[in-house]
Amino acid sequence: MAEPTAKRQITVPLMADLATRGETPEILFWVGCAGAFDDRYKRVTRAFVRILEHVGVNYAVLGMEETCTGDPAKRAGNEFLFQMQAMQNITTFDGYGIKKIVTACPHCFNTIKNEYPALGGTYEVIHHSTFLQQLINEGKVGVAGGGEFKGRRITFHDSCYLGRANNIYEAPREVLAVLDADLVEMKRCKTNGLCCGAGGAQMWKEPEPGKKDVNVERTEEALAALDGNVAALDKLYGVESGNEGATPAPKANGQDSIIAVSCPFCMTMMSDGVKNKERENNVQVFDLAELIATAEGLNA
Amino acid sequence: MTIQNLIFLLVAVAGIGLFVWQVRKIRANILVGRDREMSGHVGERLNKMLLVAFGQQKMFKRITPALLHMVVYVGFLVINVEVIEILIDGIFGTHRVLQFLGPVYDALMATNEVLGALVIIAVIAFWWRRNRTQPVRRFTGPELRAWPKLDANIILYIEVILMVALFTMNTSDLKLHQLRGEDLPGAFPISSLLTGLFPSNLQALEVLERVGWWAHIVGILLFLNYLPSSKHFHIIISFPNVYYSRLVPQGQFSNVDSITHEVKAMLDPSYQVPAPAVGPDGSAAAPTPFGAKDVDDLAWTNLMNAYSCTECGRCTSVCPANITGKLLSPRKIIMDTRDRVEEKYNSPLIFQPNLYGAEAKHPEQEQLDKANHTLLRGYVTPEELWACTTCNACVEACPVNINPLESIIEMRRFLVLEESAAPNSLNVMFSNIENNGAPWAFSPSDRFNWADDLFVSEKEAVAKS
Repeated sequence: MAEPTAKRQITVPLMADLATRGETPEILFWVGCAGAFDDRYKRVTRAFVRILEHVGVNYAVLGMEETCTGDPAKRAGNEFLFQMQAMQNITTFDGYGIKKIVTACPHCFNTIKNEYPALGGTYEVIHHSTFLQQLINEGKVGVAGGGEFKGRRITFHDSCYLGRANNIYEAPREVLAVLDADLVEMKRCKTNGLCCGAGGAQMWKEPEPGKKDVNVERTEEALAALDGNVAALDKLYGVESGNEGATPAPKANGQDSIIAVSCPFCMTMMSDGVKNKERENNVQVFDLAELIATAEGLNA
Repeated sequence: MTIQNLIFLLVAVAGIGLFVWQVRKIRANILVGRDREMSGHVGERLNKMLLVAFGQQKMFKRITPALLHMVVYVGFLVINVEVIEILIDGIFGTHRVLQFLGPVYDALMATNEVLGALVIIAVIAFWWRRNRTQPVRRFTGPELRAWPKLDANIILYIEVILMVALFTMNTSDLKLHQLRGEDLPGAFPISSLLTGLFPSNLQALEVLERVGWWAHIVGILLFLNYLPSSKHFHIIISFPNVYYSRLVPQGQFSNVDSITHEVKAMLDPSYQVPAPAVGPDGSAAAPTPFGAKDVDDLAWTNLMNAYSCTECGRCTSVCPANITGKLLSPRKIIMDTRDRVEEKYNSPLIFQPNLYGAEAKHPEQEQLDKANHTLLRGYVTPEELWACTTCNACVEACPVNINPLESIIEMRRFLVLEESAAPNSLNVMFSNIENNGAPWAFSPSDRFNWADDLFVSEKEAVAKS
C-alpha cells in the first residue's frame, strides 16, 4: 500500500511578491490571528496550506500585512476599533485587486463576508469547510478509503459563526463523510448547536459567575455522543424534543474518538474541555483541514 | 331594534373603541425607538410572515408544544368566524344569521365544536406544563414570577371560560329546539352529547342560552382589552414583527453609520461628513449616543420585539450563558425593554404590569443603580450583557423572530463607546488590536512564522507530474 513519497519544502507565496511580478493569485488565503499566532491553530494553517499545495491551487497569503478583521472588537461593542481595522484591511485587499478570499476562521469569514460590504469591501468569501467540500466534489482530494480515520468515531461541533450565523451546516459534514468514519451527532447539533463559549469576545475574558463553563457543558455533550452514553446525554439540558442526531451505540470509553471543529476558538475551548474532563488520552480535537491533510497523507 | 340590541351595540363599540385607544398607546411607545430604514423586499417579507407567523414554522422545532399551540391557534381563527355571526345577530336581533350557508354552516358549527373541545384539552395541558411541581424548565426563572406568571395563567383561564360559554350557548339552544320539536340549523357533535346535563325547563334554557351568548361575546371584548397589558398581545403584533424582522444573515451585525463617517474622515481628510440631521423646527437635532442606554436609543423594531414576546423562554432555554448558570436571560432583556418603555412612556390602560410585583420579578433590583434608572443598569446589568457569546441561539429559537442579540450589542456599544466601561480584559484585547493588529499580545513581525520549515509529502506519481 505504502507508495514511495517525496518530501517537498513549501515556500508560501506572499501577495506582495506576486504583485511585484505583476501576478494576481486566484485566491487569497486569509490566515487570521489565531491561525498565525496560536500554536495549536498554526498546525491547522499548515495543514490547509499542504492541501492547497497538493491540489495546486493558485493562492497567496498577506503574511505580515494581515491585521485583525475587527471581529472581537465589534462583538464586544467597540464599533470604532472594528471599523478602523475593516478600513485598513479593505485598503489592503483593494490594493492587490483581491476578489476571492478563503479562510479557516468562521469569525473572519463572517466579518469579511457580511460586514465589510457596507464599508466598501465586497469580495467572494469562502470558509475552508466549503472550500474543502468543493475540492472533494471536483475529485481533487480523494482520501481513498478514508485513510487512517476509517471506522473511527467522530462528532462534529458546529461553530456558531459558520452555522446559525451563515447557515453552513452540510459542508463540514460532507468533508467528514469522505473519511469513512463512524460519524455521530451530538444532542444539540446544526441549528440547535451549543456554542463552545468563546464567541462574542468571550475568548479574551473570564466568564461571568455561574454553575459551570460553557466549554465544559459542550465537551460533556460531545463525550456523551462519542461514548454513546445516553444517560449522560439525558442529564444535559437541551431541546425538549426533536433531537436531530441519532443516538449513538455505546462505545467503551470512546477509544480513539475525535471531536472535529472548524473554528480556532472552538478548537481552544473543546481542547480545554477534553483536558478538564481528563479524556485527552482517548479523545482528540482536530480541525477539518488537519483530518483531510492527514488522511490524504500530506504531512511531512 | 330592541333594548337588548342597543345595549349590545354600545358594549361592542365601547369594547372595540377602548382596544383601539390602547393599541394607539402601544404604537406610540414603539415609535419612540430610533428610525430604521425598512422599505422594500415586500415579497420576501410577506413570504416570511406567511411561513413564520401565519404558518408557525419555527414552533415545529418542538413538536409537543407546537401541536398544542396549533390547536388553540386554529381554534381562535375558526371560532372567530362565529364571532362575526354573533356581532350581526347582536346588532340586528337575528338568530344564527349565517344559517343560510346550509351545509357550509353545518360544517362550520361542527368544526367550531370539535376545535372548542380540543382547545379546552390543550389549555389544560398548557396549565399542567406551567403549574405542576416541576414545570417545564423554560417556564421558570426569575423573570417569570409575579405578574408574568399570573398573566400566563389568566390567559388560560379566560380561554376556558370562553369555550365553556360557547358550549353553554350551543347546548341550551340545541335542547330548546329539541324540546320544541324544531330543527336547529348547524351540526353540534359536542353539544349534542351535553344536552342531558342541561335542565328541561324551557325558561331556564332560554336564560342559559342568553347567558352563554353574552358571556362569549363580552368575554371576547374583555379579553381583547386585556391583550395590551399581556404577553398575549403577540396574537396581533407577531405578524408585523415577523414582517419587519431581519433578512440578512444572522451573523451580520449592523455597522454604526455615524462611526463610519468619523473613521472615513480620519483616514481621508478630504472626506465630507454629511451635515447632522435637522429637527422639524430647523435646529440641529441633539446628537444621538453610540449604542443604547435607554429604550429610546434602541431601534423601533427592537421595541416592537418587546411587545411581540410571549415569554415562552425558548431563547433562554438554549442560551449557553443561561444554561451554565450565568445571570443572562435573553427573555428577561426583552421583557425589561417592554417594562421600561411603559414606565417611561405610556402604560396600558387597564392593568399596569409594572405595578405588579416588580421587586419579586427582579430580585437583583436591589443591586441595581437606582440613580441611573434607565434600561441599562436600571433593568439590565452589565454582568448580563457581558455573559453573551453572540451565538445567535436565542435569535434562531424565537418563534416570532425577536432578536435579543441586537439589543445586547447596542447596550454593549454604549458601555464601551460612551462609558469606556468594558471589562478590563477586553480593554487589553482592544489595545492589542490597536497596537499589534491582533487581539493577543504578539509582535506583528512574528505573524508569518507559521510558514517556517513547512513541508508537504508528495506521492511519486504526483511529484513527477
